[in-house]
Amino acid sequence: MTVDNDVVEPGRPPEAIKAVPVRHPGRWVAAAVILVLVAMFVHFLFTSDALDWAEQRKYMFSDPVLKGVRNTLWLTLAAMVGGVALGIVLALMRLSANPLLSGVAWVYLWFFRGTPLYTQLLIWGAIGSLFPTVGIGVPFGPEFDTWKTQELVNAAMAASLGLILNEAAYMAEIVRAGILSVDEGQQEAASALGMSRLQTMRRIVLPQAMRVIVPPTGNEAISMLKNTSLVAAVPYAELTFTAQTIYASTYKIIPMLVMACLWYLVISSVMMVGQYYLERYYSKGTSKGARERRRLPFMGGGAP
Amino acid sequence: MSRLRKGAAGPAEPPADAGPMVKAEQVHKSFGRLEVLKGIDLEVMPGEVMCVIGPSGSGKSTFLRCINHLEKINAGRLWVNGHLVGYRQSGGKLYELRDREVAAQRREIGMVFQRFNLFPHMTALENVMEAPVRVKRQPKQQAREKALALLDRVGLGDKAQSYPAQLSGGQQQRVAIARALAMEPALMLFDEPTSALDPELVGEVLEVMKQLAVDGMTMVVVTHEMGFAREVGDSLVFMDGGVVVEKGAPREVLANPQHPRTQDFLSKVL
Repeated sequence: MTVDNDVVEPGRPPEAIKAVPVRHPGRWVAAAVILVLVAMFVHFLFTSDALDWAEQRKYMFSDPVLKGVRNTLWLTLAAMVGGVALGIVLALMRLSANPLLSGVAWVYLWFFRGTPLYTQLLIWGAIGSLFPTVGIGVPFGPEFDTWKTQELVNAAMAASLGLILNEAAYMAEIVRAGILSVDEGQQEAASALGMSRLQTMRRIVLPQAMRVIVPPTGNEAISMLKNTSLVAAVPYAELTFTAQTIYASTYKIIPMLVMACLWYLVISSVMMVGQYYLERYYSKGTSKGARERRRLPFMGGGAP
Repeated sequence: MSRLRKGAAGPAEPPADAGPMVKAEQVHKSFGRLEVLKGIDLEVMPGEVMCVIGPSGSGKSTFLRCINHLEKINAGRLWVNGHLVGYRQSGGKLYELRDREVAAQRREIGMVFQRFNLFPHMTALENVMEAPVRVKRQPKQQAREKALALLDRVGLGDKAQSYPAQLSGGQQQRVAIARALAMEPALMLFDEPTSALDPELVGEVLEVMKQLAVDGMTMVVVTHEMGFAREVGDSLVFMDGGVVVEKGAPREVLANPQHPRTQDFLSKVL
């Protein structure tokens, strides 16, 4: 193709470029290979007996499974709410000028991040043998009231406590990073205006830290949804444990596990949408802020 | 505490009976082993605009930050409006003030920072309203009206709903001035308020500060703007190496510096 000199005429806007684009044969080959693989997978979904969709349909909305889903949901919620609350306290302790406070917080993080969640949950399941009784009284002195731990801490409580205490350790680090990310000048400006330390933290520092805290916390929440399956160690009847209980009698293992996966996918998808709107809310006042509408992060977004 | 009259035309004359607004006696400040302030003695009278100049590292910003106790001084005494800053003296002993009491002292003192330090998650209006509502417990409606009036006064009445990121540096600094004024301070501290600005934006901030001076505000201004010091300042202090080297009327110091270090500094910046 030759370029005519008279395309650009003086005094007239130049003609828009019409060039033959570069061809990418490699992309076509890759697309063909992937299409074949997808076709094979879809074929497998429809024809495989092992998946047994009828069996899945039968149990998908059965009472025990729905109860398992409910338990998974409230465990996730309780673990995140408790984890965030305790995590903020631990983060503030870590940032405290008091060496005892920051030391205690450090040891806490060291233990709960240094041991597997599954093992911690096994311990919670056997908490009665670690602390046979729980009481209120004078330290090292007389107790006013005493309960048997086994009766006080039921499976639901052991499961949620186990998840909360573990999550708090991770949340503490996320919150601390968030607080440290806020420019020091912000605290100075607030102090110079006569705001108290609590006001400064609540009104100035934390809202800005949230921008750094929310995305990893959303990821933590989605991780938590899946980690609840570990409380089978306690044991507590959440979704995965329920699926196991069902296939223990029907011997149809794969259909029940795939059914559980579908439930997890539905819930985590809803959570990802919620995370998107939360992130948008806390990016107020930044260049990426509320004015700009970003697309849902399904492609290369913030989800794990 | 005596509030200064507002809206007076012409340079303010201090009330005859009033003591100094700021009084520093042998103020020393060290960061670790580095001694930044080596005995500062200064007085700022009510209504006075004092400009502080000097090379970077001379301690001028540190001194300003000592005045509202953002930095604790190591030795000497510092009074604002007759109150010892950060301490209470009783029976020949000094007691450190609680955070709450320090916060109460700071309400008398407005501060404007080099980097503005506006709250980025709040609109200009919310920035100005925040302290009156949270600290002074003013009703929201009242604080809002006052904040709008202040934004008007700094020429940003139409930017009330903008976030700081949507404003130019000069506009941000003017919002920051309005925010400090919202607490009705008796004293305003400016820490190089125009140093972070593009050159064409410096004028609008200086204009607001000049108006403030005309209205009778007591001001301590750390600055590199010699023109502002000459035109608006009542006194000029040259600091170097943590001490006050020279002090006097701005025109005289700038035109006819007495100390060799002042001469040397001015020959570089003028």
